[in-house]
Amino acid sequence: MLEEVGTTEQGDLVINVGPQHPATHGVLHLVITLNGETIKKVEPHLGYIHRSIEKMCESLTYRQFIYVTSRMDYLSSHINNHGCALMVEQGMQIEVPSRAQYIRVIMDELTRLASHQLWWGAMAMDIGAFTPFFLSFREREMINEIMEETCGARLTMNYMVPGGVMFDIHPDFCKKVKEFNQHFKVKIDEYDELLTGNIIFQNRMKNVGTLSKEDAISYGCSGPTARASGVSCDIRKIFPYDVYNKVEFKEILATEGDSLARYKVRLDEMRESMRIIDQLIDNIPEGEYQAKTKAVLKLPKGEFYSRVETARGDFGVYVVSEGATTPYRIKFRSPGFSNLSVLDHIARGQKLGDLVAMMGTLDLVIPDIDR
Amino acid sequence: MTREELQARLPELLNSIAFAEGGQWLNADVAAADWKALALNLKNSPDLAFDYLFCETCVDWKTHLTMVYHLESTIHRHQLVIKIKLDRTNPEVETVADIWRTAEFHEREIFELFGVIFLHHPDLRKLILPDDWEGFPLRKDYDDPVNMIKL
Repeated sequence: MLEEVGTTEQGDLVINVGPQHPATHGVLHLVITLNGETIKKVEPHLGYIHRSIEKMCESLTYRQFIYVTSRMDYLSSHINNHGCALMVEQGMQIEVPSRAQYIRVIMDELTRLASHQLWWGAMAMDIGAFTPFFLSFREREMINEIMEETCGARLTMNYMVPGGVMFDIHPDFCKKVKEFNQHFKVKIDEYDELLTGNIIFQNRMKNVGTLSKEDAISYGCSGPTARASGVSCDIRKIFPYDVYNKVEFKEILATEGDSLARYKVRLDEMRESMRIIDQLIDNIPEGEYQAKTKAVLKLPKGEFYSRVETARGDFGVYVVSEGATTPYRIKFRSPGFSNLSVLDHIARGQKLGDLVAMMGTLDLVIPDIDR
Repeated sequence: MTREELQARLPELLNSIAFAEGGQWLNADVAAADWKALALNLKNSPDLAFDYLFCETCVDWKTHLTMVYHLESTIHRHQLVIKIKLDRTNPEVETVADIWRTAEFHEREIFELFGVIFLHHPDLRKLILPDDWEGFPLRKDYDDPVNMIKL
């Protein structure tokens, strides 16, 4: 036995948060055992949006299955698509044109910015600050418009395909991205001023839901959640893919491991994302945006695993191929699933009112967890 | 450690370990009975320090099930893939949830989708499916009465 799995005693109160609850941002159901106001146990009940994507993928071809992955972590859909495309390219040994590599990385970083912006607004709203939500959605709208022009979609992009990207970028793409970068560089400092230094906000976040480095690794946490506890785990740094080895950026680390640290890591990550985009946007090489691939893709017999860094962390695609046009077995290692599993651990002994701060800073996207 | 160094070091922990050719990372086949002791050693030996279980899953090969563990060391940055063959009618393997805490959720998911029993697991219940669900959906012989793709 790991430890005594929280027992319900007389006088304890069991409450349900969700599946319909404004702070879960999706259909997450938590059964919480309380003693007074203190949390004794948090038990997540998943599956309200389980679509069995892994089973579905067993009947989809290597071109089709990428579209389903946009529906997992819908805030990182570009990056999910990227991970799947990398897996197919690795299996088929497809060389991706450098123009496509640049476009992909820029798109990834824009996605990360949009995802973190939404997180920033929603998390602040959850703990009671309403203004940030409007501010962050104002800036996020600019990214959405850039995406819409090039990909034709605002949420489920389906832009990255094996061998490159589906279409070339819109003629206004570079101009608009630069405009956005200029604009957001000022705005992010405004974000900082508005919320980070606020004493009420700090009191709600400091020493709430502290996660140690050892526990973060053991629970398989990744992304900003783990980096706030001092775990160096940025896939972009450790196993660079596409042009991430050509750009300079810092892996943001903190040591405190509390909610405030997770908040600060994400905010600084946005600044690094803008730095990456700045280095790439003027240097997109001319050329093909997609490698020539066969109409029907067949992966050779074997196993392939690709890893990318989504806005939430280490996203993995594990494929067992039998040499057919469809995968024999596919497993999506979603960062949210492991990040959620730590919630019970960090919430025990904390107050019920702080649960929303912990959930908010874990940045959970429920379709990513349920798959 | 490089792949070759790992391949030389691991038989010191377990004699019967067998390595597979190819693959991105070193693949090792382990018997279910040896797994728990090996897992403890993999995590606790300072030169190996496999502290991060980044993926745990199962594959149904119709004749048997295979558990697949993807391990990484956050200190040395080397990876290892462990595979354990399980009997399809009575799949049982020791849990590693006490070694890598992330396994607790992953094993609950594998338990409901593949029917693998994890011995000494702290809380082996269904995680995603409803409590009254019958059958193991990710097994190859599972027949879904409403298959959206075949419709």
